[in-house]
Amino acid sequence: MAKIKLSDRKVQELKDVCKSFNNDKGELINVLHKAQGIFGYLPAEVQEVVAHELQVSVAHVYGVVTFYSFFTMTPKGEHPISICLGTACYVRGAEKVLDEFKRVLNIQVGETTADGKFSLSCLRCVGACGLAPVVMVGEKVYGRVSPDGVKDIVAEYN
Amino acid sequence: MVKLTIDGKAVEVEKNTTILMAARTAGIEIPTLCYFQLKDMEIENRPGGCRICVVEVSGRRNLAPACTTTVTPGMVVNTHSIRVLNARRTVLELILSDHPAECLTCAKSGNCELQDMAQKLGVREIPFQGAQSTYRKDTSPAIIRDVDKCIMCRRCEMMCNEVQTVGALSAVNRGFMAVVAPAFEMNLEKSPCTYCGQCVSVCPTGALTEVDHSRNVINALADPTKTVVVQTAPAVRAALGEEFGLAPGTLVTGKMVAALRRLGFNYVFDTDFAADLTIMEEGSELLDRLTRHLNGDKNVKLPILTSCCPGWVNFFEHNFPEMLDIPSTAKSPQQMFGPIAKEYFGKKLGIDRRNLIVVSIMPCLAKKYECQREEFKVNGDPDVNYSISTRELAHLIKQANIDFASLPEEDFDNPLGESTGAGVIFGNTGGVIEAACRTAYELYTGKKLEKVEFNELRGMENIRHATIDFNGLPINIGIAHGLGNARKLLEDIQAGKSHFHAIEIMACPGGCIGGGGQPYHHGDSSILKARAAAIYREDAGKPIRKSHENPFIIELYKEFLEKPLGEKSHHLLHTHYFDKSAGVFVEE
Repeated sequence: MAKIKLSDRKVQELKDVCKSFNNDKGELINVLHKAQGIFGYLPAEVQEVVAHELQVSVAHVYGVVTFYSFFTMTPKGEHPISICLGTACYVRGAEKVLDEFKRVLNIQVGETTADGKFSLSCLRCVGACGLAPVVMVGEKVYGRVSPDGVKDIVAEYN
Repeated sequence: MVKLTIDGKAVEVEKNTTILMAARTAGIEIPTLCYFQLKDMEIENRPGGCRICVVEVSGRRNLAPACTTTVTPGMVVNTHSIRVLNARRTVLELILSDHPAECLTCAKSGNCELQDMAQKLGVREIPFQGAQSTYRKDTSPAIIRDVDKCIMCRRCEMMCNEVQTVGALSAVNRGFMAVVAPAFEMNLEKSPCTYCGQCVSVCPTGALTEVDHSRNVINALADPTKTVVVQTAPAVRAALGEEFGLAPGTLVTGKMVAALRRLGFNYVFDTDFAADLTIMEEGSELLDRLTRHLNGDKNVKLPILTSCCPGWVNFFEHNFPEMLDIPSTAKSPQQMFGPIAKEYFGKKLGIDRRNLIVVSIMPCLAKKYECQREEFKVNGDPDVNYSISTRELAHLIKQANIDFASLPEEDFDNPLGESTGAGVIFGNTGGVIEAACRTAYELYTGKKLEKVEFNELRGMENIRHATIDFNGLPINIGIAHGLGNARKLLEDIQAGKSHFHAIEIMACPGGCIGGGGQPYHHGDSSILKARAAAIYREDAGKPIRKSHENPFIIELYKEFLEKPLGEKSHHLLHTHYFDKSAGVFVEE
């Protein structure tokens, strides 16, 4: 595992977060949630800082990070793509859309393209069922996406 | 009190008792797998995860796990209805469907609780064919993790975190991929593991075992160019007999010596001798620091901490790097024995140190790591070549077709085999400090100690303290066994709250008698107590019970070392410690 140099400013921000939770072990999940907000993901180095601040073992922090699917140790791409697999989107063919994204980007769910541009994840319902199937790229929502339209969406960001 | 019926028997127990414990009071043993307890030692694992202990409770729709369900008034429990037996066997078959069927070659075979359970429940086939989780095998200097065999009972996690507060292991991932591992699933060697081996001593399967060095020992014994000497730790003689069906607490010192001689060791020596030597050095260091403190020296570090236990040494190197100057600099008995064997005994016989192989028999897994430490080598040649556990010695004896029970009682060889009662009690929690007090008292006061037993230092309470009267000078002594208890005493020192002059710490619950290399106790704390009592019996039966009266120790100083804390001692018998707190997980 290569050592990543975290920016001092962000580490300080993380330490402040821990402090705002009184460095309480019981707040580990909340702290990790905020930490992922700061860094975009939870690399080993971030987990070590959290463990040190909350006085818990790094193994324990890693155990929590790997238990909850929300937490990730892979950096998100510049343009994170989320495909809704909620009931409405699913019955209207979201899985085929997802398969097309996997094929076009050549990555699996939870992975990031080698150039760091795109990452792929799934979510359950964004509250836009009328537009199913729905895809989000960053904050932008795409409705009624068909597998044929996938290439065009990706092209917008290339 | 709550009244209930278990298997037709009327039972009355305290409120909040679990069905499992209520059944035990009625003499009914409900089978368990993940559940683990060391009674009276505040050690319990009760995740309710394996579901082997399910029982039928009248009026309840589903089966209840006995380990986590508390009794209610009038409850009617059936522990072996057909429904229970079928469910229990199905649960076990499911566990076994994701377990390698390698019993023939597994290091744990014969001592495996999963294997025993399959026998007990009469499993003859595994009907479920599915995926098997596979992981990479991880070999550290002392412990092997083969987590394909992990059944997620989480006993090791409990020991490592709650009891020892080491935090090397945690349950990681989820669902089918869940497993107990160090942070980032890196090797144990990169983690803050102390190699105390308590995870190994509670693992029900072969997922955690020791690194076996007994083959290296066999090869050394077969090499005609080598002289092979062996040293045996105090706690081994109080537990080895268990491997041969003798009652826990049977002392087998003489038979053990006879067995080692029959295995072909050229000299059978005793770590107890080195324990006496440790007392000379560590006791002198205690007196030296104490005298300087009393004379107003502000730089002197008190309390002095014992340094015999390699798990404990690893623990403070990882967790308290700012306190490396507090522990005694005295090496452990194992590591004192090495240089004395190679540089004194070997030289006397004209044997080059590379042709003198030192083997140690230890109740401990951390000793395997300790003897591999770089600072305990001379030009790459280790002072102690191989450290094997009590269990590995038992295997060697069995392999050599030695009928242990019918062996005669034999004596250790001289000069490194003679020891006092003070050396023997190193095996128990509180023993090192008691041995130190016997010598320090006489050296400090110049008076003869009338009663050598310090009963106030004995016992199994997690943290103990006592004040010993050194002829008007009160010496405050602290004792902790189990690293979580040690952590409490150390945090007191950090906070400036400690009033102790000396503290003894042993990593394992009970001290070395409960070490990670001892025969498996399977959670029976009465075995540990029987071993502790045996150690004190051995001490009581010794003609000499104070280290400084050991005639061979006196001779060793006269002939070779000159004086405790002298130049030779400093070179051969003392060490220093390293800061291991940083960068253990992430490599460049």
